Amino acid sequence: MGSMRMNQAIATALAEEMRENSSVIVMGEDVADAGGPFKTSEGLLKEFGPKRVRDTPISEMGFTGAAVGAAALGLRPVVEIMFVEFLGVALDAVVTEAAKFRYLSQGQVSCPMVVRASIGSGLGFGCQHSQTLENWVAATPGLKVACPSDPQSAYGLLKAAIRDPDPVIFLEPRALYASRGEVVTGPDGLLELGRARIAREGTKATVVTLGRTTSLTRAAAQQANLDIEIIDLLSLVPWDVKTVCASVKRTGRLVVIEEAPHSGGWGSEIISTITAQAFASLDAAPFRITAPDVPVPYQRDLEALYLPSESEIVRQLESYLVTGVVPQPWWTQEGIAR
Amino acid sequence: MSQMTMTPVQRRDVLRDDPLAQYSRMLEIRHFEELVNELFAQGEIHGTTHLCLGQEALAVGIAAELPTDHAVAATYRGHGVALALGMTPQVVLAEIMGRSAGCVGGVGGSMHLCDMSVGLLPTSAIIGAGIPIAAGAALAYQTLEEQSVAVAIFGDGAANIGAFHEGLNLAAVWKLPVVFVIDNNVYGEYSRIDRTTPFEDLHLRSASYGIPGVTVDGMDSDLVQDTMRVALERARNGQGPTLIEAKTYRFAGHSRADTAPYRPEGELEQWKKRDPLLVTKQRLLKKGAASEDQLDQLEATIKEELESVLDEVRSLPSPNPAAMFDHIYAEQVSV
Repeated sequence: MGSMRMNQAIATALAEEMRENSSVIVMGEDVADAGGPFKTSEGLLKEFGPKRVRDTPISEMGFTGAAVGAAALGLRPVVEIMFVEFLGVALDAVVTEAAKFRYLSQGQVSCPMVVRASIGSGLGFGCQHSQTLENWVAATPGLKVACPSDPQSAYGLLKAAIRDPDPVIFLEPRALYASRGEVVTGPDGLLELGRARIAREGTKATVVTLGRTTSLTRAAAQQANLDIEIIDLLSLVPWDVKTVCASVKRTGRLVVIEEAPHSGGWGSEIISTITAQAFASLDAAPFRITAPDVPVPYQRDLEALYLPSESEIVRQLESYLVTGVVPQPWWTQEGIAR
Repeated sequence: MSQMTMTPVQRRDVLRDDPLAQYSRMLEIRHFEELVNELFAQGEIHGTTHLCLGQEALAVGIAAELPTDHAVAATYRGHGVALALGMTPQVVLAEIMGRSAGCVGGVGGSMHLCDMSVGLLPTSAIIGAGIPIAAGAALAYQTLEEQSVAVAIFGDGAANIGAFHEGLNLAAVWKLPVVFVIDNNVYGEYSRIDRTTPFEDLHLRSASYGIPGVTVDGMDSDLVQDTMRVALERARNGQGPTLIEAKTYRFAGHSRADTAPYRPEGELEQWKKRDPLLVTKQRLLKKGAASEDQLDQLEATIKEELESVLDEVRSLPSPNPAAMFDHIYAEQVSV
């Protein structure tokens, strides 16, 4: 147990898994000599050497494809995609190769690989370096998708992802790399893929969050003293239907808070499934608090507006808890959105 | 003993130093493809097929030199490679005909063959995808200090896709034990190479990655085998990848019922004079390895054997609906 930043928790998890299993290797752009652009692999080169910690060319299609072949032949590669957008050029290797190898070999070949990618807005990187893009990978059977929300979950989930026999996409909210928290290491700190956690207990509504929206929602609940149950999903594929459903049966209401454009978001899947399974328990329409359907804007104030802010979360949840009526998002206010 | 009753590993081993066994396998591939073509025309095979007629010598030449513990990343035009590596006509045809006894249970189809007992990774229907994957297999060999060498076999069309560049670059910079084989059959889908590529001698591209590039007559399995031997040796010695360009010709169209009306007049006929079966047969006769009668008899026997394979496969059951849910994850995941 100790206090560490999220990037340190990631580096710790990587180092521990590499010590534990000599088939774990790490590769990506500037992950070795430089310790990673976000310092998530600091110290690894020194401890494990250049064979297991590899700086790659700027060549995501090449090294992600290579990870598939390496995983098929006995390694457990952990690939770093610096910004999740760069996965665009490597999507074939992940979605069409890694996700299908077990199926197309009827179990002869598995791909125990992890693709780590930094995601999200809030740092002024503009719309080609600020998306979350989880919906690129969440609808592909054969892949698992996880997304930590703090140092502890980054540590525990990444270790689980590396040990998993299937390809896992591990999405790290970039704005949280520097966030600090207590991390329980060792077996007690390990988390299970597919298992959500209750981040705050409450009785009036179940609020499902992922990654960055977890801490935002927790802060909103504290600030406005909202009696809500926050469920930090942690894994998107598979997601923890049981925990969410049980909570909704207690609270009677469901809200999903997403850092992604409104249309086509994963929250719709949550609402659809829970509505079908717990319709009789709902006493109000479920809804989602999301970003608007726009590319992430650069300018500081606009970018702050893009991500559901603490104040916007408070505004919408307060209104919903009192009235049971689905509130309108900020951009539908007169004169803002066309 | 007929090759068709051997295990995949035996079928592979028998090729190594036996020119008659190699010729026999080429005949098997030729008549297998013709059978598939017929079954497709009759509607007994659904979906699509990509035949490798004319490219038999390349597949057999590679397989003859390659041990079974060396991984191969091949493509959707993969029946010949699969048979050459050792997979039996029974499991390949069963897969193509969607039977549960197919090599991947009938969920893959013609483009998706796999048998790791002879090193064949799941063949990919994506142009170029196997190139970085083979580099990755080689990365595993290098990291785990194994002596195997990975092989990627792909078409001339793949030389224009990013994965080719990125895979070769990565393999070169890390000196990975991998051999890249371009099956330059002159056509990328429906387009002749001169319309899509600035030059036809694709081995020249190796210069961009600082690795050796060699060209070989892909219609001659002996030459292919010799070329592979050198490339494998280099890889085993830690000298890194080699790019081999095998000059072949696609006697069939790209897929299904494509009759290739886009071919220049006389081109096919010109290449057919160098039909790999003809080249091999003439060599066997010249060496006195067999008489013409014996070779004709061999061919007739193979055709008969394939007919009985077909009868057998026709009688096999289709997979049941539950089969589509298997092998997506290591454990059943409820999503």
